[in-house]
Amino acid sequence: MPAPSQPQQYILLPVNPWFIGFTLVLSLMLNLLPLPRGGWALLVPDWVALSLVFWNIHQPRRVGLLLAWVLGLVMDVNNASLLGEHALAYSILSYAAITMHRRVRWFGISGQIVHVLPLLLAAQGVVLLIRLLVGGAFPGALYFASSVIAVLLWPAISFLYLAPQRRSVDKDENRPI
Amino acid sequence: MEYTPPPFFKQGPSALARLVLFALMSLALLVFDARFKLLERVRFGVATVLYPLQIAARAPGDAAANLSGYLARQRQLLTENERLEREKLESAKTLMRAAQLEAENTNLRGLLAMRERIPLVAVAAEMLFDARDPFTRKVVIDKGVLAGVKAGQVVVDATGVVGQVTRAFPAVAEVSLLTDRGQAIPVQVVRNGLRAIAYGTPGGADGGTMELKFLASNADVREGDVLTTSGLDGVYLPGLPVATVLRIEREAGYAFARIICKPAAGIDHFGQVLVLTAEKQAVSMPAPETEEKSVKGKRRKLRAEAGDKGVAAPEAPAAPGPGPNSAAPEKK
Repeated sequence: MPAPSQPQQYILLPVNPWFIGFTLVLSLMLNLLPLPRGGWALLVPDWVALSLVFWNIHQPRRVGLLLAWVLGLVMDVNNASLLGEHALAYSILSYAAITMHRRVRWFGISGQIVHVLPLLLAAQGVVLLIRLLVGGAFPGALYFASSVIAVLLWPAISFLYLAPQRRSVDKDENRPI
Repeated sequence: MEYTPPPFFKQGPSALARLVLFALMSLALLVFDARFKLLERVRFGVATVLYPLQIAARAPGDAAANLSGYLARQRQLLTENERLEREKLESAKTLMRAAQLEAENTNLRGLLAMRERIPLVAVAAEMLFDARDPFTRKVVIDKGVLAGVKAGQVVVDATGVVGQVTRAFPAVAEVSLLTDRGQAIPVQVVRNGLRAIAYGTPGGADGGTMELKFLASNADVREGDVLTTSGLDGVYLPGLPVATVLRIEREAGYAFARIICKPAAGIDHFGQVLVLTAEKQAVSMPAPETEEKSVKGKRRKLRAEAGDKGVAAPEAPAAPGPGPNSAAPEKK
């Protein structure tokens, strides 16, 4: 049964695990980039969280909680924050994404955004809560802006990450894709 | 006969079970890291593995910066060269006198039977990037354990103290800036030798300030006063410029004045820094705990008196060894 909001249904090719790995490493490298100084730093999206949610929703059996936890640990080391902070946030993020993956995939892009935004905000909330518990200062409401910006990238991410699976099965000399 | 699901349905433990497992592991990590500092080895290992990735991620940006630097206009280079030459000349006379003063100082200290100042070992490093964490004020520098950088060392730039190395990895190190929350540095006012402790207060439009805490509201601090390290802690060498007093808020309702300071060093600019190592501890620590206990009552009384006089209470008992007052005249 096709979902009403999706005009064209593709039957996607099976995913290439190497491609998942590639996207996750790429997002990790984007996260390792130095941030702009000043207030702009708060607007940079968390690429790893975004990619993680995407693959949790689309390939929950390949990208699960273990990967999320390990990536969280790596981010903790890179961020010079307490070990386990992002690990916990990403675990919860992954769990929520995996539990709702069957539902989310039936929605169109905008419906998916509505589903994903609270997940990213909750992950940021977990980090914020931990920092406030160990005595950090509240960085301001703009802190949550990075999730909003990340979610605005969802259409582009969906297009790019699913593009390899949209290739045709029978290769045609006269057709590029 | 046991019935098991066909292999297709075997997915291992449920997602909820896994979440509980990983959440517990994260919480354990958090507690161990925050409370017991046991995980530095784990952090060290992960950081070592992460380093090549960090380099790779930065490579395109660095290449672009190099290219634009290569194409820098000649005029720009010429003016900069001229300025540097002038600065070198200006500092040359100070340097020449400094050598003489140092010799004189050594002699005088010898005569006074005081300990000689410690020779410095400095490692030049470059600030690479801010740590990606909106809650703290840390930067990463491009020298690590391999270059002799250790946690606890002091980082300065051309104008003053920048911060302190808090974690050293093989090729990079984390520096907590002076304005990081919870970063404390013992200082003294150059004008009158008044000792205090400056704490970082992050945030604000100007990228964070510092605050002199626990100074009585009638303490002799004025706007524009220059603060240098007092060297009492044995970590920071005495006499390094730290900050200038920006403004003072004295409210009748509080026992302490609110003194806001602006760091002297350009901690918000990327640039070259020096990591300083004192070869041995600068100052011998005050008398050990055992002695302290026997005179605790007396000290408490002293402290109360000192508080009344408007002197920073914790610092009131006289410190042994080269006091901060010996450093102050040199700066003038």
